[in-house]
Amino acid sequence: MSRKIRIRKGADIRLKGRPTKSVDAAASTATYAVQPPNYHGIVPKLEVKEGAAVQVGSSLFYSKETPAMKFLSPASGMVKSIVRGEKRRILAVIIESDGKNSALALDEIDVATASSESIRTAMLSHGMFPFVGQRPFADVANPSDTPRSIHVSGFDSAPLAPDLEIVLQDRLESFQAGIQALSALVGGDSIHLGTCPGQSFYDGIKKAELTTFDGPHPAGNVGVQIHHTWPVSKGEVIWTMHAEDVANLGDTLTTGTYTAKRTVAATGSEHPAPKYYQTHIGCEIASLTAGKTKDSVRVVSGNALTGNHIAADGYLGGLDHQITLLPEGNEPKFLLTSGWLSLGLNTFSLSKSYPTWLMPKSKEFVMDTNTGGEERAFVVTGQYESVFPFDIYPVQLIKSILANDIDAMEKLGIYEIAPEDFALCEYACTSKIDVQDIVREGLDNLKKELG
Amino acid sequence: MLDSVRPHFEEGGKLSRFWVVYDSLETFAFTPGHTNKTGVQIRDGVDLKRTMFMVILALVPALLFGTWNQGHQYMLSIGEVSLSDPLMTAVWDKLFIGAIKVLPLVIVSYGVGLGIEFLFAGMRGHSINEGFLVSGMLIPLIMPIDVPLWMLALAVAFSVIIAKEVFGGTGMNILNVALTARAFLFFAYPKQLSGEIWIHEVAASKAGGLLVDGYTGATALGHLASTVGKSPTEPAVSGVMDMFASGGMYSFTNSFFGLIPGSVGETSALAILLGATMLIWTGIGSWKVMSSFLAGGLAMGAIFNVLELNAYMTIPAFHQVVMGGFMFGMVFMATDPVSASQTERGKWIYGFFGGFLSIMIRVFNPAYPEGVMMAILFMNVMAPLIDHYVIQANVGRREKRAALAMAQRLTA
Repeated sequence: MSRKIRIRKGADIRLKGRPTKSVDAAASTATYAVQPPNYHGIVPKLEVKEGAAVQVGSSLFYSKETPAMKFLSPASGMVKSIVRGEKRRILAVIIESDGKNSALALDEIDVATASSESIRTAMLSHGMFPFVGQRPFADVANPSDTPRSIHVSGFDSAPLAPDLEIVLQDRLESFQAGIQALSALVGGDSIHLGTCPGQSFYDGIKKAELTTFDGPHPAGNVGVQIHHTWPVSKGEVIWTMHAEDVANLGDTLTTGTYTAKRTVAATGSEHPAPKYYQTHIGCEIASLTAGKTKDSVRVVSGNALTGNHIAADGYLGGLDHQITLLPEGNEPKFLLTSGWLSLGLNTFSLSKSYPTWLMPKSKEFVMDTNTGGEERAFVVTGQYESVFPFDIYPVQLIKSILANDIDAMEKLGIYEIAPEDFALCEYACTSKIDVQDIVREGLDNLKKELG
Repeated sequence: MLDSVRPHFEEGGKLSRFWVVYDSLETFAFTPGHTNKTGVQIRDGVDLKRTMFMVILALVPALLFGTWNQGHQYMLSIGEVSLSDPLMTAVWDKLFIGAIKVLPLVIVSYGVGLGIEFLFAGMRGHSINEGFLVSGMLIPLIMPIDVPLWMLALAVAFSVIIAKEVFGGTGMNILNVALTARAFLFFAYPKQLSGEIWIHEVAASKAGGLLVDGYTGATALGHLASTVGKSPTEPAVSGVMDMFASGGMYSFTNSFFGLIPGSVGETSALAILLGATMLIWTGIGSWKVMSSFLAGGLAMGAIFNVLELNAYMTIPAFHQVVMGGFMFGMVFMATDPVSASQTERGKWIYGFFGGFLSIMIRVFNPAYPEGVMMAILFMNVMAPLIDHYVIQANVGRREKRAALAMAQRLTA
């Protein structure tokens, strides 16, 4: 019997470039990358040198804080290069694939009978733990914590987001195995799975409590679902995992082969043929863009609200399940034709100051990456609140972060939030404030403060 | 064209001191080609310029009507037209007379205010904020028509510097900038502001013997204030009250349509409500503040109607709220997002007490006929306190939940 919760606040961004339902196998790519910065809070320690031979499942690096937490190679071949940034920070380990995908045999685990401890150990050594997130702090979970509950969102509500039913089709058994494994960590009734209205896809899933969330984006954000089912309080830790990673977890543990599958939704108005591609974590973006992308196109790994701008010859991010191709907006806009005084028949806005809000809901808009104005102090009020479905005052919380007032941040609810929950606030902001950056900084400061 | 002169204004160019001026002109004409770097990759089309422009648009009905009405009042006062003439009589003359008085007010207000904004932006090295685009239009609309321009300039300078820039500029101010300008004049030049300046040249007309009977140059609230403390049966008082009865000069209909003397933009409830419709429709003005402000005003008015302690209190509540600056304050002043309550729940409380106090001050204290100004400024000061308690309630809820979770963990 599933509960149903109505989410009233939020908004669906009517972006153009939805993927068709067809799923193609992506061309296998020559190189793969595992990128430590994708896993927030992790300081990598290399285990391989350039030129080393690796198999699928060979450890490339581990977490300095938890040496048992391994990051495995998604492909077999050889370590081509290690890309470093400022202060020799490791940005990526590039694997040159030999095309054979020969895999290292890892221990097989019977998820139905294994103990909590053996599953935890296996998740660390089998490279699955980096895919577990946590609240508070919204980064990679700390394996020494005992989570109160684990939450998985069964749908993605972000702009042009992949339909997880397509992503998980034929993988429901793997998904169930993953849920089974997670349930050993927290006990049977503490796995929560969020579904959207009318969804029967997950009905047969055991060991998880289903809750239906009815409403606009960010209803699919796991943070929103946690807040409305069982909010996080100070002193509690909860873990989160993406549904596709849960299926990968199930496969990895039951088969003893590191599974890094990705069914990526290739989307956006600049994508010549938006659709799904079956590939692996860290693949070359070029294999998903159906041809060469122009310089005037921005490639985003992830969705348009929370994704990262990457180079056209870059790699799919480790936690991303979608790419979005958007037109660059680096041309100035004349005030009367497309600027602030224009009629704005093509300007999508949540503010109703453009007439597009009167157009039918089915109309979709091409949106470029222009900021649409300059950064200003907070002026307009009520704007964040209308797209922020939490019992939290978003503007006041952000101001407490800007003032680096840890005490106020705690009181105002920083334990419950992730930067992605503020993505719509940032989108809607009239003053063009970088809200997600501020929230990330606040979470990092909080973590530093708490030690 | 802008690009060709750009090098002169950049760092090291001979006009680099005027970079803010160049920058504001360029960004006025062209939304810059800045792109999102981190966080969201796409952003809403709305920006502060668009938002402020929408407010200016919403002010246009009040501005146009006010311009006409100032001419209308002048011609009525010297008997050029009479109350029984159709309103469209000599419409161009009225607009012309109004315009030659109103335009200089607008120009001085913008000139002085924007000049100071540019100065501060240049000193601080940040770009010009759009906030004054609205304040600069609001100020002339709440001024008496014959206010000397030097006085206006002084008031604008005072309010922009003291009410806004010392706090850090747009978005940081505690008091509404436009109301501060009005309050400055009210307290610095009480004699001039309560004098005969509400109708154009009314003093000169009186001296020249042109003034039609019944015109004193006082506003509706000025007349009413004169009744306070007197017995309702005094002839002077009943004479005033007759003006507010149906068919009188300040009847409900005349007050609602705005055919009465007063500040430039405040007289017509109809024109203001047109603006309000637009603000609510675009979601820029808070309907919560407006509706609770109205409710507060009507509630206080209704309480007075029940008490009926003096003649002023007998004015029906619905008539009270269309007189003076109530409507204008409700729609354009109380809703200023920076100085109002910032929490949604706080907005209800803030608005209600704003309206409530407006009518209370107006009736209780005849020295402050324009109670709306005082009430909104007072609520501006109280708004952070209201927000504090609203947020504390939220914090308390969260702490209670955390304590409960802690207790459960301990028992488990």
